[in-house]
Amino acid sequence: MSLRLNISNVWKSYNGKPVLNACSFSFDRNGVYVLTGHNGSGKSTLLRICALIESPDKGEVNYLSGDTPLHPPLPMGELKEGVFSEGNILKKDIGLRRRITLVLPGIGVFNTTVFNNAAYGLKIRGDKSKEIEKKVNDILEFVGLIHKKNHNALTLSSGETQRLGIARAMAIEPEILFLDEPTASIDNENTEIVEDIILNMKKEGKSKIIIATHDMMQAGRLADCMLLMDEGKIIKV
Amino acid sequence: MDSIIEGFRKAFTLIINLDAELLSIIFLSLRVSGTALLIVSIIGLPLSALISLKKFPARGLSISIMNTLMGLPPVVVGLFVYIMLSRSGPIGFMGLLYTPSAMIIAQTILAFPIVVSLCHSAIVSVDPITKQASMALGATPLQILVTIIKEARYGIMSGIIAAFGRVMAEVGAILIVGGNIAGYTRVMTTTIALETDKGNFELAIALGIILLTISLTINSALHFVQRKGALPINR
Repeated sequence: MSLRLNISNVWKSYNGKPVLNACSFSFDRNGVYVLTGHNGSGKSTLLRICALIESPDKGEVNYLSGDTPLHPPLPMGELKEGVFSEGNILKKDIGLRRRITLVLPGIGVFNTTVFNNAAYGLKIRGDKSKEIEKKVNDILEFVGLIHKKNHNALTLSSGETQRLGIARAMAIEPEILFLDEPTASIDNENTEIVEDIILNMKKEGKSKIIIATHDMMQAGRLADCMLLMDEGKIIKV
Repeated sequence: MDSIIEGFRKAFTLIINLDAELLSIIFLSLRVSGTALLIVSIIGLPLSALISLKKFPARGLSISIMNTLMGLPPVVVGLFVYIMLSRSGPIGFMGLLYTPSAMIIAQTILAFPIVVSLCHSAIVSVDPITKQASMALGATPLQILVTIIKEARYGIMSGIIAAFGRVMAEVGAILIVGGNIAGYTRVMTTTIALETDKGNFELAIALGIILLTISLTINSALHFVQRKGALPINR
């Protein structure tokens, strides 16, 4: 049963400045959802909240397997239990968190090899090393980084880093993949490569992909469902 | 001048012949400082991670105190440990004064703020995106912690090496609490001080050469670790 995401009346503000205003939407179908809107419209914040990296001030984020809400549903008051570090919320429901993932705009590569970066999610899940090796090699091949698997990830170019971020997320086969501005800081050639990777994933149909981008052209190329955000709300579907 | 040259000649003879007294002093120094550092690493590393990653009341004050204690005068530490371990002190009944254990305690106290402060700096300098990426990939709190410590590994190693350098070269505290007893609590620095006082330069010079060699090795290791940590970023 595929994982569904339902956000309802979500509010968020930073230093008193509202970023999300009663934002609601149901991500029911598989495919690619693209959140667009100008800078500051709340796309990234919404993505981070949906990916359980941050908690909203008010509202609910519910994950459902089919029609059944997953345990526990996520009234946001509860999320505050898991405060680990400044501004970072750790949801205790690891099982749920391991079914979704977010590729951040800065990626956050680890100071180790490209292979170890791509294998990170599998290693923390305790997968067997032989399986990890095969899977990661296949994925690095898929994103065109196999020739750099033993390089330190910090030496990659911006475009390659972006591809590594996607590879790292793909390795764990998330049911919902969130991509925050996946091509914002990379050249045209790498943008095309990243878009091809996303389109191939879409073709495979294994994950629901939710992308935040300010690039309307890109949104048009990738989206099955385009959502326009303004002033912290989804104003048009 | 002749006595200095003679001192160096005899010192090299002691080193080349692997003089038993010289070796026992070196091994005791390494044992005391190594044990102190091991204790500090076991306690200090988790504590620095806690201070760096967990919010709690007086967290800022704890960091300030640790930073201040980095410059703790060794003789003050020696005095404090002496009072604690002396017969009339609160833990005098343990009979640790003038033993290697007392020296380990003093060096542990000296090294503790250095390790905690430098490890704290290393951990907080890890890019917050790394933590978030780890979290987004489904890591448990413990796995996130391990990831952050791994990311900070070069800074952490630098902190531990720097603390080792400090305690190896320290003389004041261990002289007070160890008593510089021949064959029992006499380490490199205290022997150098004593033998220089007595005008016996050969052993002092031999130990000075060894101490400088150890210091050079420590600094080379530190340099290597720092260079390894500062990878070129082609972005």
